[in-house]
Amino acid sequence: MVPTSYFLVLSAVLFGLGVIAFIFKRNILTVFMSIELMLNAVNLTFVTFSRSLGQLQGQVFVLFVIVVAAAEAAVGLAIIILIHRNRRTLDVENVDSLKD
Amino acid sequence: MPILTYLWIVPLLPLVGAAVNGIFGGRWPKNTISAVALSSTTLSFLAALEAVREFSGLSPEQIPWSKTYFPWISAGGFQANFALQVDQLTVIMLLVVTGVGWLIHIYSTGYMHEDPGYRRFFAYLNLFMFFMLLLILADNYLLMFVGWEGVGLCSYLLVGFFFLKQSATNAGNKAFWVNRVGDYGFLLGLFLMLRTFGSLDFSVVLPQAAKMSSDPAGHIGTLTAIALLLFVGAAGKSAQLPLYVWLPDAMEGPTPVSALIHAATMVTAGVYMVARSHAIFLNAPVAMQVVAVIGCITAIFAATIGLVQTDIKKVLAYSTVSQLGYMFLACGVGAFGAGIFHLMTHAFFKGLLFLAAGSVIHAMGGEQDMRNMGGLRKKIPVTFWCMLMATLAIAGAPGFSGFFSKDEILDEALRVSPILGWIGAIAAGLTSFYMFRLIFLTFFGAERYDEHHVHVHESPKNMTVPLIVLAVLSVCGGWMAAPQLVGGVNHFQHFLAPVLATGAEPAAAAAENSPSAGEVLQALFGAPVIAGLLGFFLAWWLYIKSPEAPKKLAASLSALYKLLYGKYFIDELYLAVIVRPLVWISNKVLWHAVDEGLIDGAVNGVAFVSRETGDRVRRTSTGNIRSYATWIILGVLVFTSLLLWMVG
Repeated sequence: MVPTSYFLVLSAVLFGLGVIAFIFKRNILTVFMSIELMLNAVNLTFVTFSRSLGQLQGQVFVLFVIVVAAAEAAVGLAIIILIHRNRRTLDVENVDSLKD
Repeated sequence: MPILTYLWIVPLLPLVGAAVNGIFGGRWPKNTISAVALSSTTLSFLAALEAVREFSGLSPEQIPWSKTYFPWISAGGFQANFALQVDQLTVIMLLVVTGVGWLIHIYSTGYMHEDPGYRRFFAYLNLFMFFMLLLILADNYLLMFVGWEGVGLCSYLLVGFFFLKQSATNAGNKAFWVNRVGDYGFLLGLFLMLRTFGSLDFSVVLPQAAKMSSDPAGHIGTLTAIALLLFVGAAGKSAQLPLYVWLPDAMEGPTPVSALIHAATMVTAGVYMVARSHAIFLNAPVAMQVVAVIGCITAIFAATIGLVQTDIKKVLAYSTVSQLGYMFLACGVGAFGAGIFHLMTHAFFKGLLFLAAGSVIHAMGGEQDMRNMGGLRKKIPVTFWCMLMATLAIAGAPGFSGFFSKDEILDEALRVSPILGWIGAIAAGLTSFYMFRLIFLTFFGAERYDEHHVHVHESPKNMTVPLIVLAVLSVCGGWMAAPQLVGGVNHFQHFLAPVLATGAEPAAAAAENSPSAGEVLQALFGAPVIAGLLGFFLAWWLYIKSPEAPKKLAASLSALYKLLYGKYFIDELYLAVIVRPLVWISNKVLWHAVDEGLIDGAVNGVAFVSRETGDRVRRTSTGNIRSYATWIILGVLVFTSLLLWMVG
């Protein structure tokens, strides 16, 4: 059986990649996808511990996270489409009108 | 016993008068206003008379008659009731205050008739009567203090009555502030009393104080401290050194006010308070000495200033300070009864002197400087004769009221301390001199006013009748004590004895005080009378016989004259030593440094810091998602490592 630590390391790597992508990518769609990546990294952690501890709560949480992530994707993509329509750009550097 | 049961009626009536006139009197004609004011004081006087009649029917066990109406303050173990009491001392004060107050109200309807502030005047005057009656009827020190502060307030309002005049408002403020100093002492005395006896009721404090072992002579114990603090209050209210300075300035008020508040009633409140607290004072020899010495010095000090004043009311003001000094001298040598006796006769003759002076001023159309009067004897005979009676009384002419009271005081003073007695006798001579000087300058000699501009006329009936009544009282007011001269009973002292004879000393003094025929002669031609005669002849010689002499005398003794004319420059001294530094500290330190610098600085500083901080922090809000994300991640890292560090 694959040791628990392998899963955790994989999850940490995936999360780290998500963070780095979130910070350094300029395209909103990519940023959005990096969020999904981080969510799934967390999901992986949940199921890992669920398996190693032999308890079901972790898997239940994962289901919740997937549901929320689906809703978030729907709303988020709608916002991105609107931004693109209005501004003709998907560069986060140009979407900063909320300052001050 | 209706009135004694409902004793609150006596003070309440003037309060109702003040409220009715003050609230509803705005558009009323003067007759209605004076009718309200007069009826309230008349009814109050009648109620007081009825109360005294009922009081005389009480058995000795029922005295002091005390009646509690409702609990006023109840905090922890401390209890102060709204309670009024009557004993022999109160009776004297009650009759003096309501009687003289009533006469002065009548007089005021004539004197103030042309004044636009008619309603305000009577509202204040009635309010004063209320507080004064509260002061003397109170059954505990706290309620007395309410009356005490109230009369101070009315004094302030009435001194500054002509508020458009800068000097009048200044005088009002001065009266208020100087009294504040005295009241502070009084209040501290009350605190100490509360701590020592656990109560402020006369019926609790005074018997306990009488039973306490006396502070040994030369030592300052609790009783001495209480007595001295109370005396500070009394010195403020009754214009004794060093707090007398407000009284001469208080003459800025209308003349009836000077008569009622600053001669007959309010200024004697201090004497009343000391006499009321005699149980405390008798067990505090040091305090007694202080009272006697201050009283004696004030008596002669004020009398010397009075010698050279030219404003008719100022002479009377210094005379009042001097006579109040006599009363304290009496209290200080243990003759509280004599002090109260002089208080009563003084209320008659000094009230009359002020009212007569008001009548003179009225006749002269507002002139107060005696140098511009003269020869008024024939023009205003009623005023002249009344004023002459009062002058004879205050100068201590045998047979007049002042003779008996002053004689008694000086007699007691001589018995206790010859020095005090002799100073008092000299002051009596000075009193006689300045009073006859006033009479001669005003009513005799050449007419020094412009007859074309001043239409001298006798005052109307409502002013002269009170003068005549008071003149009769000034003459006869002392006859109660007369039998003593021929070895009989001094009815006044006999009447007061139950209140004042808690100490064994006065009773013993009364026992040995059974004069023989020789002592009668000694009293008749004793030091005060001789001094009075000397004063009279000196005044006569200087102001009738050779009118040029005073100027020569002033020139040859110019330094002394200037010192006296400048009132020993006490006002200037206070201005330099107390007022200026206070103003400087208030201005530079308290206002500019503390208020503007410290307090405003702190408030403004807080605002400045928040504004600047906000301005700096604002720049982190860039709108850039990636920078926000970086902050979030950094935050997560920091908190996670903290968590790990703390758990590990």
